[in-house]
Amino acid sequence: MNFSYDIAGGDFVNAGQASSALKKILKSLNLDSSLIRRTVVSLYEAEVNVVAHAWSGNIQVNIQPDQICIVVSDKGPGINDINLAMQKGYSTASPEVREMGFGAGMGLPNIKDNSDVMELRSTPGEGTELKIVNKILS
Amino acid sequence: MKLKELIEQLNLTVFEPGNNLDRTLSGGYASDLLSDVMGYAKHDMVWVTLQNHVNIIAVASLKDIAAIILVHGQEPARDVLDRAKEEGITLLGTESDTFRISADVYMSLNQHGTGSR
Repeated sequence: MNFSYDIAGGDFVNAGQASSALKKILKSLNLDSSLIRRTVVSLYEAEVNVVAHAWSGNIQVNIQPDQICIVVSDKGPGINDINLAMQKGYSTASPEVREMGFGAGMGLPNIKDNSDVMELRSTPGEGTELKIVNKILS
Repeated sequence: MKLKELIEQLNLTVFEPGNNLDRTLSGGYASDLLSDVMGYAKHDMVWVTLQNHVNIIAVASLKDIAAIILVHGQEPARDVLDRAKEEGITLLGTESDTFRISADVYMSLNQHGTGSR
């Protein structure tokens, strides 16, 4: 099953819509509730990252019997130092974004904690691609 | 302890009842950082916050949070209320500040033998 969703940079009102839609799909498949939560938490953080940092983005979700694979790619400033970005507490978010309770430097670490496989690639000045895989245990 | 018992005991304002006032609470969490809640709050907890924008509903929904308690007598913004309705999220309020209401929630849950986390 495939699922695609576009994200607009700066659109905080709709941040989380893709995660909500995915949650409904995963629930309808009767998957384990802890797996559902981990997956939608990962996707939500990824959505917020695109909204907070990039100009536009796209989410591709592929659900197979043994795994859920999510690829979030964006056009944006990219990440200069991925190791630094992965550190808890490190953030380049604007003051406005921080006021809303985002930009605490916890998004990427949260994704890592809530996914079985996380791959992050970025080209500064062009954009970022994040791949998340969560395994479905039968 | 059930959510509706907590609401009664602490005299919380119900802005939106959500879809399950009978759910059993697993604990409480107080934070205004959404990623902190995403990372550390657990399902069926009540979440105390002063953040009052639509993203709190998304966070509560995705984490299966039992209810959001808005502090300082804040009324939810219109779009927050609408989104809570759509998502079936229980939205509550109190005149207290975060410290006091968190202490009250903690005491209530402990009296009922529910841990704080």
